[in-house]
Amino acid sequence: MKQVNTATHNTARARELLAMMERIRAFEEQAILAAERDKLVLGAIHPSIGQEACAAGVMQALNTDDILLSTHRGHGHTLAKGADALAMMRELLGREGGCCGGKGGSMHIADFGVGMLGANGVVGANITIGAGAAHGIKLMGDNRIVVDVFGDGAINRGPFLEGINWASVFELPVMFVCEDNQYSATTKTKSVTAGQGAAARAKSLGLKATVIDGNNVEAVANAADEIAARLRAGGPPEMLHLITYRRTGHTSFDPATYRPEDESAREEKLNDPIARQRTLLAGMGVSEDALDTIHQTAQTEMIAVLAKAAATPFPDDNTAFLDVQDTGSPAVEAF
Amino acid sequence: MVKMTYVEASREAVREMMHADKTVWCVGEDLGRGSVFGQYLGLQEEFGPDRVADTPISEAAIMGAAFGAAMVGTRPIVEMRFSDFALCATDELVNQIAKARFMFGGQSRAPMVIRKPIGLWRSSAAQHSQSLESWYVHIPGLVVVCPATPQDNYSMMKAAIKCDDPVVYLEHKNIWQMEGEVDKSLEVTLGKAAVRRSGDDVTLVSWSDTANKCVAVADRLATQNIHAEVIDLRSLWPWDKGTVLASVRKTGRLVVAHESVAVGGFGAEVVATVAEQAGDALRGPLRRLGAPRSLVAYAPNLEDQVRITEDMIEKAALETLGKSAP
Ligand SMILES: Cc1ncc(C[n+]2csc(CCOP(=O)(O)OP(=O)(O)O)c2C)c(N)n1
Ligand SMILES: [Mg+2]
Repeated sequence: MKQVNTATHNTARARELLAMMERIRAFEEQAILAAERDKLVLGAIHPSIGQEACAAGVMQALNTDDILLSTHRGHGHTLAKGADALAMMRELLGREGGCCGGKGGSMHIADFGVGMLGANGVVGANITIGAGAAHGIKLMGDNRIVVDVFGDGAINRGPFLEGINWASVFELPVMFVCEDNQYSATTKTKSVTAGQGAAARAKSLGLKATVIDGNNVEAVANAADEIAARLRAGGPPEMLHLITYRRTGHTSFDPATYRPEDESAREEKLNDPIARQRTLLAGMGVSEDALDTIHQTAQTEMIAVLAKAAATPFPDDNTAFLDVQDTGSPAVEAF
Repeated sequence: MVKMTYVEASREAVREMMHADKTVWCVGEDLGRGSVFGQYLGLQEEFGPDRVADTPISEAAIMGAAFGAAMVGTRPIVEMRFSDFALCATDELVNQIAKARFMFGGQSRAPMVIRKPIGLWRSSAAQHSQSLESWYVHIPGLVVVCPATPQDNYSMMKAAIKCDDPVVYLEHKNIWQMEGEVDKSLEVTLGKAAVRRSGDDVTLVSWSDTANKCVAVADRLATQNIHAEVIDLRSLWPWDKGTVLASVRKTGRLVVAHESVAVGGFGAEVVATVAEQAGDALRGPLRRLGAPRSLVAYAPNLEDQVRITEDMIEKAALETLGKSAP
C-alpha cells in the first residue's frame, strides 16, 4: 500500500475531508434511526459506516460535471458528489421532493444535476454503464471523467470483465473504484474469489491498478487526485482498489451474526476513518474543540434533515404512471 | 418513390439520421464490415470508426455502455446481431435501460434503438431463429417495433431514432432482400398500424414477416370473392387497438397470426382485447395462429413443423367464415 507523506497535507483539505465523512456518517446514522426506530424508511438501506473515506476521498477529486456511477451502498458517494442531503433523505423516505420523486429509494438514488447517474440495485451492472458514460463523453469531445464505484463482490460478475475491457480498448477516461469492504452480503468475499482480486484482475486487462488503505482518507484523496489528473490528460482507464471494512450488517436490518464477534469492534476501535482523520488533524494543530464542532455541525444538519424529510408528504398518486415512457405512456394507456 | 430492399431501407434511414444528428452513432460487433446482414455496409467508411464502432463480443457491455452513453446525451443505435444474443444483455435492457427514467424520477432518458434481428431464417436452428417480441412488450419502459416492409423499415427506423424512449427494433431476417417502393417523405407514428388490404369479410391481424403472408392470403381470398382486411400492427407497444377494434366491428371476424410461440404470445393480447371490447360484434369463431410451444430445428422439414404458413392462415380465415379450404 502507498505511504502518504503527512508533511505535504493541506489542513484545509484535511478538514473538508473530515467534515464530509462526518456528514456521511451522520446522514446514515439518521437513516438507520429512520428505518429502525421510526419505521419511516420502508425498503432496504445499505449503510457505508466505516467506509466514508472512500466516498469523501474519491469524490473530492471530481468536478460537478464529472460523472459518478454508484452502487446499492451509495449514500456516501452521492452526498460527497454534491447531492442535497434533504432531497436524499426524502428519497429514502419515499417523499415528494426526493431526488427521484420517491420512485427510486435508497438503491436507485441519483442526482443528475451533480453528475450522479445512479446507484444500482443490480450488483456490477454499473460497470458497463460507467464505461459507456465515458464513451459518450469521449464521442462528444468533452473533457469530463467518470468514476465507477463497485464492491468487492461485483468483480465476480461478467460486467466487471466486459466493462473494464471495453474502457480499455476504447481508451475511456474511467476511474474504476473497487470499494473492498471484504464482504459480499453475508459471505467473506475471499472465500468465493479466485486469484488475487480486483487489482490483479484489472492489471491482467492492462490497467494500472493502485491499492490503497481505504480508511486513510488522505491516501485515498491523493490517489484519486493523481488518477483524475492522468485521466484528464487523456490517460487510459485505471483501477483504484480501496481496502476498507463494512462495520454494519449488509443492510440496516442485518445483525451480521455470521462474522467473528470482535471483528467489527476491532475495526471501530483501530481503523475508523473519522477517528484517524481527527488524529491527523490534531497532529496538525487543530484543537479538539474545532474537531468537535465539525462533528456537531454534521449531526445537527442531519437531525434537521430527517425531521424535515419526515414532515414532507408522500408523492402525488398519479406520479406512479409518469416518466415510464412517452411513446405508449401508461399515463395514457396502461392496458 | 425509390425501389429498395428491406436491408437497404433501414441502412438508408440510419445514414440520413446520422447526417442530420451528430449525436447518433452505431455500436456493435463487426459493423465495419456491415454486420452479419449488410445493415451497416459503407457506414463506417462514411462516418468513421467512432460513430460506427466495432466492439468486442460483449453483448452486456454493448448494451450497458450504449445506455451510459445515452444518459450523457448521445443517441446510440445498438446492434445485437441476432435477437438470441441480446439475451446476454437482458439485465442491461430490462433492469437498467427500461427502468432508469422512472427510477430516477424523470432525470434521465435512454434514446436508443436496439436492433435485434428475429425470425426463422434458412436452417438457423434453435439459437438463431427466435422471435421474442412478446417478452419485450411485457416490459414497461420499452417501445417494441416489428417492421415488415422496406417502406416501414425506412420510416420506422427514422421514427425510432427520433424517439426519446428506448425502442426495441426487431427486423426479420428472412426479408432482408425483400424489394419495395419507398416514399422517403412518408412519416410513421410509432403505435399506428398499417391497413395493408381493406375488406369487409374478415380481419387478419399480424406483424413482421407474417403480415406479408397475410397480405398474400388476402390476395388469394380475393380470388374466392372474400375480402380480408389486413392490419399490420408494425409496433406492438404501443399497439393500435383502435384500428383493430374498428375493423373487427366492421368484419365481425378475426384471425391473428404470428411466427412466435402462440402460448403467451402477443396474439393472445389481441384476441383478449377484441373479446373484451368488441366481443358483441363477433360473427364467427376467433382464430389465433402461432408456433407450437416447441423449439426450432435445423433440418428443413423439422423447421417447417413450427412455421405458420399462408395455407394455415387461409384455412383459419375461412373457418371464421364457416367455410373450409377449397
Ligand atoms: C446481480 C445481483 N446479484 C445479487 C444481488 C443481491 N446483493 C445485493 S448487494 C450484494 C452484495 C454485494 O457485495 P459487494 O459488491 O462487495 O458490495 P457491498 O454490499 O459489499 O457494498 C448482493 C449479493 C444483487 N443486488 N444483484
Ligand atoms: Mg463488499
